[in-house]
Amino acid sequence: MSQIVHIFSKELKDYFISPIAYIVISVFLLVTGWFFFSTFFLFDQADLRSFFNLLPITFSFVIPAVTMRLFAEELNVGSYETLFTLPVTLLDIVIGKFLAGVAFVIAMLLPTLFYPIFVTFFGELDWGPVFGGYVGAVFLGAAFSAIGLFASALTRNQIIAFIVGMTICFSLTVIDKMLFFFPRVLLGVITYLGIDLHFQNISKGVVDSRDIVYFLSIIFIGLYAAHLAMEKKE
Amino acid sequence: MIQVENLTKYYHDFRAVDQISFDVKKGEILGLLGPNGAGKTTTLRMLTGYFLPSSGTIRVKNYSIGDNLLTVKNLMGYLPESAPLYRNMLIYDYLDYVAKIRGLTRDERLARIRHLADLCGLKEIMHKPIDELSRGLKQRVGLAHAMMNDPEILILDEPTSGLDPNQIAEIRTIIRHIGKEKTVILSTHILSEVEVTCDRVVILNRGKIVADDHTENLIKWAGRDHFIYLSLLKAAFPEVEKELTEIDGITAIKHLDETEDDMLKLRLTCKATMDIRENIYQTIKKSAWILMEFYRETQNLETIFRELTEEN
Repeated sequence: MSQIVHIFSKELKDYFISPIAYIVISVFLLVTGWFFFSTFFLFDQADLRSFFNLLPITFSFVIPAVTMRLFAEELNVGSYETLFTLPVTLLDIVIGKFLAGVAFVIAMLLPTLFYPIFVTFFGELDWGPVFGGYVGAVFLGAAFSAIGLFASALTRNQIIAFIVGMTICFSLTVIDKMLFFFPRVLLGVITYLGIDLHFQNISKGVVDSRDIVYFLSIIFIGLYAAHLAMEKKE
Repeated sequence: MIQVENLTKYYHDFRAVDQISFDVKKGEILGLLGPNGAGKTTTLRMLTGYFLPSSGTIRVKNYSIGDNLLTVKNLMGYLPESAPLYRNMLIYDYLDYVAKIRGLTRDERLARIRHLADLCGLKEIMHKPIDELSRGLKQRVGLAHAMMNDPEILILDEPTSGLDPNQIAEIRTIIRHIGKEKTVILSTHILSEVEVTCDRVVILNRGKIVADDHTENLIKWAGRDHFIYLSLLKAAFPEVEKELTEIDGITAIKHLDETEDDMLKLRLTCKATMDIRENIYQTIKKSAWILMEFYRETQNLETIFRELTEEN
């Protein structure tokens, strides 16, 4: 347990030592900010729906960029060998790195709390959906982090890790908008697989165990796959 | 301390390590010697638990490495080849991180890092990022990393490769110093290193052990024979062989490749206790052969190494 904490805090510190963290956060705030404010005054509604609606798409590009280095860089430099021969298990490493990714996503979301505060100047804001939206955003971010971590475990090339991670995250986001490509029998399954629907449910303030189970399953599958990929690395 | 039995490692179809067995005693400095690709690094990686063996067993202090990996990791310190450390961390931060993972308390950490900084000569540069260090300094940080938990077993993969002679001497002094109380296994392809630092040598070639002995014995064994090289013109090998075998003291005659036209090149193995150069000269004088070259080479660790690891 303490090993997870050490690995987690080291990885999180690493993010903020390198300039990449600040670049990623800036890009994220710029993109979400632009999408939020460009429509905010047109719709004349005091809510954050336009921000949360676009979050899965933005996240599917930004989070793989955050997680791409977690394993790929270590494999490339060879430092994974020094880390793994310390008294830690692979599970400690996977969970520590995953939690660091999630913490970074939360750090990235914190400045966006400015949006709801901003909205309250213009109208009565219903805080329920905002709260739900942020809970959903953390679940979404965690699920994408697990997927990104898996992509990073596949290769020693960070760019490949990014593209693989982005492809999986983006596919999960848009798959339920592509239903006409699939045979009728699969429609139920495909709809359930789409991450957007589950996220929108939570962000409406409706906390359904099905959605929670969905996110937890994605996280579990992602971490398990990352564990398997690293185990087979030798 | 460490028992290795029938250790084998396959990479797909390639057999990198082939059925090797050896024991390492407590307090021994063992040198793993071999040409590039002999399986040294693979062997060390299996000893540290980084690689799983394809077959065979490794026991460290009666713990099987497969079942008690964490226990074994706690007994060991390992420095991989060319010290791959986190590049963007400061030396102090890095060592502190390692100390935390090694489970040292706050006070222990400070004392231990101070001690290691002294031992490895890092005192003045603790605030520098690892990225900016030269190879030799990085190697020293790696050594401090490996010794953080005061391990009973220290495993070093090519600790002196790529260093300048001064740095090599420094690292060797440190290794000798540690080796007084600890068990050290190091790999190298530098022979003089083994002669200077190791108590025992295991020579690997193509994944197999070709020699396993105390360094002194190996050197003694090496000094048993001399080589005499001859180059003759107007001579046929069978005839020369027949004449020379009559000389007492020659134990083997080897026909080396004919590089130049008509030149017969031979390598005679002779006992080091007798000087038979005169007898050879007399034999040649009697014949119609023309002597082009004649020199003696005393065997040392290097010639043994070459002989054992030469391609057939």
